Amino acid sequence: MADPTVRAPLGMLIELTHRCPLHCPYCSNPLELVRRSEELTREQWSDILTQARELGVVQMHFSGGEPLARPDLPDLVGHARQLGAYVNLVTSGVGLTADRARDLAERGVDHVQLSLQDADPALGDEIAGARVHAAKLKAADAVTAAGLPLTVNVVLHRRNIDRVERIVDLAVGLGADRIELANTQYYGWGLRNRAALMPTRDQLAAAHQAVRRARAKHEGGPELVYVAADYYDDRPKPCMDGWGNTQLTVTPTGDVLPCPAASAITTLPVENVLRRPLSEIWYDSKAFNAYRGTGWMRDPCRTCPERNTDHGGCRCQAFQLTGDAAATDPACGLSPHRSLVDAALAEVTDGPAPAFVLRGPVAP
Amino acid sequence: MTSLPEPTVPRLRPGVRLTSDPARGELALLPERVVVLNDTAAAVLTHCDGTATLGRIVERLAEEYEGVSTQDVSELLQRLAERRVVDLDG
Repeated sequence: MADPTVRAPLGMLIELTHRCPLHCPYCSNPLELVRRSEELTREQWSDILTQARELGVVQMHFSGGEPLARPDLPDLVGHARQLGAYVNLVTSGVGLTADRARDLAERGVDHVQLSLQDADPALGDEIAGARVHAAKLKAADAVTAAGLPLTVNVVLHRRNIDRVERIVDLAVGLGADRIELANTQYYGWGLRNRAALMPTRDQLAAAHQAVRRARAKHEGGPELVYVAADYYDDRPKPCMDGWGNTQLTVTPTGDVLPCPAASAITTLPVENVLRRPLSEIWYDSKAFNAYRGTGWMRDPCRTCPERNTDHGGCRCQAFQLTGDAAATDPACGLSPHRSLVDAALAEVTDGPAPAFVLRGPVAP
Repeated sequence: MTSLPEPTVPRLRPGVRLTSDPARGELALLPERVVVLNDTAAAVLTHCDGTATLGRIVERLAEEYEGVSTQDVSELLQRLAERRVVDLDG
């Protein structure tokens, strides 16, 4: 039964493909990647965009994998923009030449989010598992030359967090309007590399000071967003803007998820847009209603004054660590499972970090 | 909040687009946010074309609405600047 208090979604993450030229150890995509032959066609995506706009989606984030790997990206961007949506391109920058950037801008891209791995070229290439750092700097130039606003996204972890200030300086130099520094969130492949990625407590404290100095140095400059490391916090990060509240994700095969990481919750029924209209999935499906609002909560969340702010923390993390997606996020100090997080932190020592397990390519 | 100096030329920040949505009314779309605009904010923003000064915007609004004050428009624009919808550089 549809709940009349449920509002229409604002944003949709469009995972066009899992194919990616990068092999980042913190990749949050699932362990099992979708093959190229299983990806939706242009016509299917086009219909999904139309359905999404009719449902109320006004922001469309084209992502992946690497969305530029899809030759139909320009057509889909044009369609999204014709529908009136705000078009955001989330890219590694590999393959984003000046010509392609200009073409995408003309077709209606409003904003580009470009990932960087590090300020140091050799270390950046090492994290990406490919020689791409130099290409990324060129891609940033291509974006700004096309007149598009640029956000630089950097995932922080043990191997790059000591260079926060250099990273910010680099992003400012590239002409970023917005810089997002996000501590690693451990999903999909990233969870497998947790011990190698987790910064030490001292590194994290130093990074907080570095962010403060960078903010002061570039005051009046780009917006600097810092996403904290939830394992070291006493309170969990909020579940999106709430489960099934403002956002949805569509995977390369058309699975529709309340959160990009939600395929990790194996107890969640899988909804697919080829089998059911998008609006029905949003309003009526079990998956989207499972953790909406606060009715599903148990103690300590049920009576917690923060339940409407953090929504009990992350459902995907709760499932990954406890096997129960309705549990309180173990990152919360009030969770009866907090010891699971503390145990992971206890393994982090000042000695050399374990080696990364790099992601392999997607099967054809 | 103090008044803005003249000549301030407010303009939409790069990457910000205004749109109308049948269900939600007037919206400012930002890279990672959607700002739902009330009627006053929507009216002010339609005049922020990157050439009109604050004074000119107030004049134009006064042609359409009663009781428009420079102080109110100035404060509204400063709130929109804090939310990164507009730039207020001269």
